[in-house]
Amino acid sequence: MTARSASRAADRTATRRNGWELFPHRADTGVRGFGPDKNTAFEQVATALTAVITDPQWVMPHLAVEITCEAPDLELLLVEWLNALVYEMATRRMLFSRFAVRIEGRHLHGRAWGEPVDVARHEPAAEVKGATLTALEVSRMADGPWIAQCVVDV
Amino acid sequence: MDKTNLSQVSAVEWRVEPSGAMRVPAIIYADEGLIDQMDDKVFEQVTNVARLPGIVKASYAMPDAHWGYGFPIGGVAAFDPDHGGVVSAGGVGFDISCGVRSVLTGLTRAEIEALKRPLADALFAKIPAGVGSTGRIRLESSDMDAMLVGGARWAVEQGYGEAADLERVEEGGAMAGARPDQVSPRAKRRQRDEMGTLGSGNHYLEVQEIAELYDRDAAAAFGLRAGEVVVSIHCGSRGLGHQIGTEFLRDMAIAAPDLGIALPDRELACAPIHSAIGERYLGAMRAGINCALANRQIIGHLAREVFAALFPKARLELLFDVSHNTCKVEEHEIGGRRRRVYIHRKGATRAFGPGHPDLPESLRPFGQPVLIGGSMGTASYVLAGTAASEARAFSSACHGAGRAMSRHRALKHWRGRQIVDQLADRGIIVKSHSSRGVAEEAPGAYKDVGAVVDVSDRAGLARKVAKLSPLVCIKG
Repeated sequence: MTARSASRAADRTATRRNGWELFPHRADTGVRGFGPDKNTAFEQVATALTAVITDPQWVMPHLAVEITCEAPDLELLLVEWLNALVYEMATRRMLFSRFAVRIEGRHLHGRAWGEPVDVARHEPAAEVKGATLTALEVSRMADGPWIAQCVVDV
Repeated sequence: MDKTNLSQVSAVEWRVEPSGAMRVPAIIYADEGLIDQMDDKVFEQVTNVARLPGIVKASYAMPDAHWGYGFPIGGVAAFDPDHGGVVSAGGVGFDISCGVRSVLTGLTRAEIEALKRPLADALFAKIPAGVGSTGRIRLESSDMDAMLVGGARWAVEQGYGEAADLERVEEGGAMAGARPDQVSPRAKRRQRDEMGTLGSGNHYLEVQEIAELYDRDAAAAFGLRAGEVVVSIHCGSRGLGHQIGTEFLRDMAIAAPDLGIALPDRELACAPIHSAIGERYLGAMRAGINCALANRQIIGHLAREVFAALFPKARLELLFDVSHNTCKVEEHEIGGRRRRVYIHRKGATRAFGPGHPDLPESLRPFGQPVLIGGSMGTASYVLAGTAASEARAFSSACHGAGRAMSRHRALKHWRGRQIVDQLADRGIIVKSHSSRGVAEEAPGAYKDVGAVVDVSDRAGLARKVAKLSPLVCIKG
């Protein structure tokens, strides 16, 4: 293993404990978050959602938006959470880069921090139309971390 | 795609016989090259659709089919309401009534070339495109409901376009059966500032040269003359349609067990046509269709304003406006008799053949124009519905090239600036707010649209009429 591939493997292991990534889907894009608990995994997958549109590091967390949602199970709660963010982004013309989530049973209490879209600075690539039920999964992996993922329609 | 489970019917048709819970066969229209490029998810999804209640005749995949959510993109399926047939939010998609509108300009390429840069700049300035863009119309409650019932007709009444446009729009510009009361306040809120916007992703406005004619009689009837220029617009129902799709996908997934529907996967969420939620969805979805028709009507009008300023003598006439994400009630010959069925076309274009009563008289002898979009650097095509297309796939054809590569992979292959420069070398001006968006939509990320169209022609889904080459592309 070269130094570079060892570094990538270490990054990937770290991501799988606490982080986010995009995964390929032929027409659209998959978003995935990892964390030591489901709250963190939901926060991370929200960052992945922003990454579909722009680099999350370019988005300043200046303004906070409160979000609550509910669903009959955890997987549909993930879809609700992401769709609530899509709605807030669309109607407030904002992007978000920092998230806090608290899941209690069927309910999610969330907060998203971000700023209004600045086309010149953010160069947003594509808007997300909605979160789908494709490749939808919220579960705890064998080695401990939680994973939350689905395909989003772009 | 692994061909082990397919039987080859012809050079352009593959079949999966019903097995297990499949109620009907699955039929894929593709040649060897396209079937090899299709991912195995298309097989999984087209056969899953064949398991849904009330499906009639077969589950179809068009030559541009690729992995969707629930239904494959490029999927066509008909359901009989009197035999437990279902309606599926995923079978229509989030971008309800996304489609293509092509407008004839009567201008030659030489005339456009003389003013191509100012034209590109003016279109880019006039037509809102990309993430966060807003239109100049703000629709409040009563106007919103009027738009959701009136579609392109409403837009013409508001001064966007001409009454003569309407006979060249599907449904005469207004989809019957729309129920604004079934569209949620959130969907309406999402649409409030988005009328007359292109959106993003693979949506665009292109100025295109008519580069080649294949069927001179149909081309003449459609007003297509080699060397002249058309404007094509690809977009849909914007935030309203996305929100309707979002809400009903969730509601149908939750309701399915109580409605007695066993889904092979939740992403196939659907409801009986004869159910409260099924009827609510149909009413909302039809309102979404009208939103898309109004949106393209407004954008077409904005394009006319730009052309009027630069080419005062030009008269822009609508060739046709056709959607490729819909569910519509249609009558088709099935098993020797006419039956009214609910046709889902998810990434598939309606293609009525010659003589169809829904076509305007001027087009009826030649079949419906079928508008196939390209991807910045590649050609687009005008096809026409054939007499055979009803028997092939309920009068349906492909809708575009279909992606060969994910956005993810495209970003690793290309940079936006590189694509813009390469296309500029070929005389194509691309205008976009996002360099990354251009890279994700690189022409090389798509299948060969020419191969897709050739198979559609050879399979009898629709016949080729004209090829259009891009001169200017305003990216959404």
